[in-house]
Amino acid sequence: MSTQAIERSNLKVGIIGLSIALAMLGLGYAAVPLYRLFCQVTGFAGTTQRADESKAAAAAEAGRKLGGATISVRFDGNVDANLPWTFRAEQTTQTVTLGERKMAFYYAKNNSDQPVTGAATFNVSPDQTGFYFNKIQCFCFTEQTLQPGQEVVMPVLYYIDPSIRDDPDAAPVEQVTLSYTFHRASTGKAAE
Amino acid sequence: MATTADTFQAHEEHGHHDADHKPGFFARWFMSTNHKDIGTMYLIFAIFAGIVGGGISGIMRAELAEPGIQYLGWWVQLMGGEASFDANAHLWNVLITAHGMIMVFFMVMPAMIGGFGNWFVPIMIGAPDMAFPRMNNISFWLTVAGFCSLMFSAFVPGDVNGLGAGTGWTVYAPLSTSGSAGPAVDFAIFSLHLAGAASIMGAINFITTIFNMRAPGMTLHKMPLFVWSVLVTAFLLLLALPVLAAAITMLITDRNFGTTFFDPAGGGDPILYQHLFWFFGHPEVYIMILPGFGMISQIVATFSKKPVFGYLGMAYAMVAIGVVGFIVWAHHMYTTGLSVNEKMYFTAATMVIAVPTGVKIFSWIATMWGGSIEFKSPMVWALGMIFLFTVGGVTGVYLANGGIDDVVHDTYFVVAHFHYVLSMGAVFSLFAGFYYWFPKMSGKMHSELLAHIHFWVFFIGVNMIFFPMHFLGLQGMPRRYPDYALAYEYWNKIASHGYEIMAFSMIFFFVNIAYAFIAGKKAPANYWGEGATTLEWTLSSPPPYHQFETLPVISEDNDYHNHLPKGDAPATA
Repeated sequence: MSTQAIERSNLKVGIIGLSIALAMLGLGYAAVPLYRLFCQVTGFAGTTQRADESKAAAAAEAGRKLGGATISVRFDGNVDANLPWTFRAEQTTQTVTLGERKMAFYYAKNNSDQPVTGAATFNVSPDQTGFYFNKIQCFCFTEQTLQPGQEVVMPVLYYIDPSIRDDPDAAPVEQVTLSYTFHRASTGKAAE
Repeated sequence: MATTADTFQAHEEHGHHDADHKPGFFARWFMSTNHKDIGTMYLIFAIFAGIVGGGISGIMRAELAEPGIQYLGWWVQLMGGEASFDANAHLWNVLITAHGMIMVFFMVMPAMIGGFGNWFVPIMIGAPDMAFPRMNNISFWLTVAGFCSLMFSAFVPGDVNGLGAGTGWTVYAPLSTSGSAGPAVDFAIFSLHLAGAASIMGAINFITTIFNMRAPGMTLHKMPLFVWSVLVTAFLLLLALPVLAAAITMLITDRNFGTTFFDPAGGGDPILYQHLFWFFGHPEVYIMILPGFGMISQIVATFSKKPVFGYLGMAYAMVAIGVVGFIVWAHHMYTTGLSVNEKMYFTAATMVIAVPTGVKIFSWIATMWGGSIEFKSPMVWALGMIFLFTVGGVTGVYLANGGIDDVVHDTYFVVAHFHYVLSMGAVFSLFAGFYYWFPKMSGKMHSELLAHIHFWVFFIGVNMIFFPMHFLGLQGMPRRYPDYALAYEYWNKIASHGYEIMAFSMIFFFVNIAYAFIAGKKAPANYWGEGATTLEWTLSSPPPYHQFETLPVISEDNDYHNHLPKGDAPATA
C-alpha cells in the first residue's frame, strides 16, 4: 500500500474508534433513564409499583382466592435536613389482607415562615418486595406545597399483590416497611 | 524490496544514516512524534509518579505502624492547616485518594500502555511508528496535565476539614458531591477527565496501528502476545473509559450546575454512580494487568527458549478476560442491597474469569516445562509475578462469593487481594518488562546482580507488607482509616517494616539505572540470545530513530512471534 492509502485507511479506523468511544459516552448517559426504567419494571432496590384500577381489581380478585392471607406493613417517614418540615406516619403498622386495598396516612407540617415545596422519595424494605407493593394513589406522585405553618394529612392508597406468595425470595417476608423521605423540590418535578 | 533480519542490523554499521537523524532537544522531547521518544517519556513520567504514589504509601504505612495518630497532624501543619482530629482524618482520606489515583492512572497505565506499549507494539508488528504520531504526543501531555491537576487539588480546599480531595479513587457520590464542597474534588475529577481522554486517544492509536500497520505477512495470529495484550487492552479502554467520563461529568454537573443525577432529592440515585463507576472500574483492573500478561508471555518464552505454549489459547484467553470483565462489575457492590439472584449471577460470572486466567497461568508453566530455563533478571521477576498473581487470584475467587464478601467487604482482606494482583502482579510485570527491554531502549546493559538483589529484597518487602493484611482483614480491620484497635497492632507493625524493606530495594533499582548509563556495557542487538525471537531483537540497541524504512517480511521460515526460526537461514521474500 502507498503511504497515502495507509493514511486514509488509518483515518477510517481512527474515526471508527472515535465513534465507539462517543457511543459509549452516550450509553453512559443513557444509563440514567435506563436504570430508572429497570428499577421501575423489576422493583429493583425496593422500587414500588404504580397500579391502575383494573390491575388493582385483578389483584383483589386473586387475593380473595387465597382466602385472606395477611401481611404486616410498617410505615416510616423521614425529612431531608434542608427541608423545614415535620413529617411522620400517622400509624406505625397496618395488617393487610393480600390484594386488599388499604389507606394509610402521613402527617406533614411546614415549620418555616415561607411556602415550601417538597417531593417525597420512597422505597420498601426488604428490597425483593418492591415488585409486589402497588400504590394506586400517593402524595408522592406529585410535589406538595405547604404554606407557612400549614398542617396536612396525606393519604397513600396501596395494596400488596398476592403473587408475592409465589416468589420464593419474597414469600417468607412477614413485614414490609414502606419508607418515605421528603426533600426540598429542586428540579420542579416530582420523583418518579 | 526483499529484506531480511540481517539488513536491519546493518543500520549500525552505516553510521550516520537518515534513520538516525534526530531533531533538536526541544523539538525532539516537547513536540515529539516518535513512538520511542514518547514511550521513554511515558516511562520516566511513570517512574516519577511511582515515586510520588509510593512516597504517599510510605506516609500511610508510617502512620499505621502503631495505633493512634502519630504523623498526620505534622503533615496537616506542614500544609498550613490546624491539626485536629477532623483535619487529620481528612488528610488521611486525601492520601488514600491520591495514592490510588496516582498508582492507577499515572503509574501503572502510563508505564504499561504508554511506555512499553508505545515502545514495542510498533516494533513488534514491523511498523515504522504509531498510526497517529501527533495524537500520541497529545496523549502524553494530557496525561501530564492530568497529573498536574491532581497535584494541584492538594492545595485547594476539599471540604470543611482541609485541603485536597478526600473521596477515594472511586469518587463515590454523595461524598464527592454534597459531601465535599471545595474545588479540590473538581480538580481531581478533571484530572481523571484528562487522563481518560489521553487514554482513549492512545487506545484509538493502538487499535489503528495494530489493525493497519502490520508488516507484510504479520497476520493477527502471528502477532506477539504482547501486541495481542495491548490490542485487547485498547478495546477495554475504548469501551470502559467513556462510561467513566460520563459518570464523572455527571458528578461535575451535580456539584456545580444543579443537576441531580446522583441526588435523591431530585429523583437521582447515588447507587447509579457506583454502577457506572464499576462498569468502568472492573475492566480497568484488566487494563492494568493485561499488558503485564503480554510481557510475561514474551519473557517466559524467551528464557525457556521455547515458543509459548498454546499461543492461540493465550491470545483468546485475554480476549475472554476482556469480554467477561464487562459483565461482572456489581461484585464490587455486593453490600449495596443486591438481591440473592443478582448476587448469584455476579458470583458465578466473576468466577468464570478464573478459567481464562487459569489457562494463562497453566500455559506459562507449560511453556517452562521442559524448557532450557535461564534465570536472568526478567525471568525471576516474571516467575515472581506468576506466583504472586496466582495468590491474588485465589483471594479473588474467594472474594467473588457474595456471601463471603458481605463479611470482608471494605476490610484489609480486600486491600491485600488487590495489592497482590496489582502491586505484585502489575508491578512485578513492569519490572520484568523493564529489565527485559531496558538495554534495548537505552543501549546499555544493566547489572544482573543488582537486578537480582532488587528482586529478592522487593519480593520479601512486598510480601511482608501485604500478606499480613489478609489476617487483619479476616480479623475485621476496616480499610481507609488512619487508626485502629490495639489488637491489630502486631501485623500492622510487620507490614510497615515490610514497607521499609521494599523502599530499600528500590535503591538497587535506581542505582542499577545509574550504573547502566555510567558504566554499563554496550548492549548488542540481541542480548538475550536464541530465545528472543520477536522483531525488536533484529534491530540495534537502541533501535534506529526511524526503524523499518523497508518493511520486514514475515514468512513461514521466520514468523517473529514466539516461535524459534525454523532452520538457520534468515527469512527472505
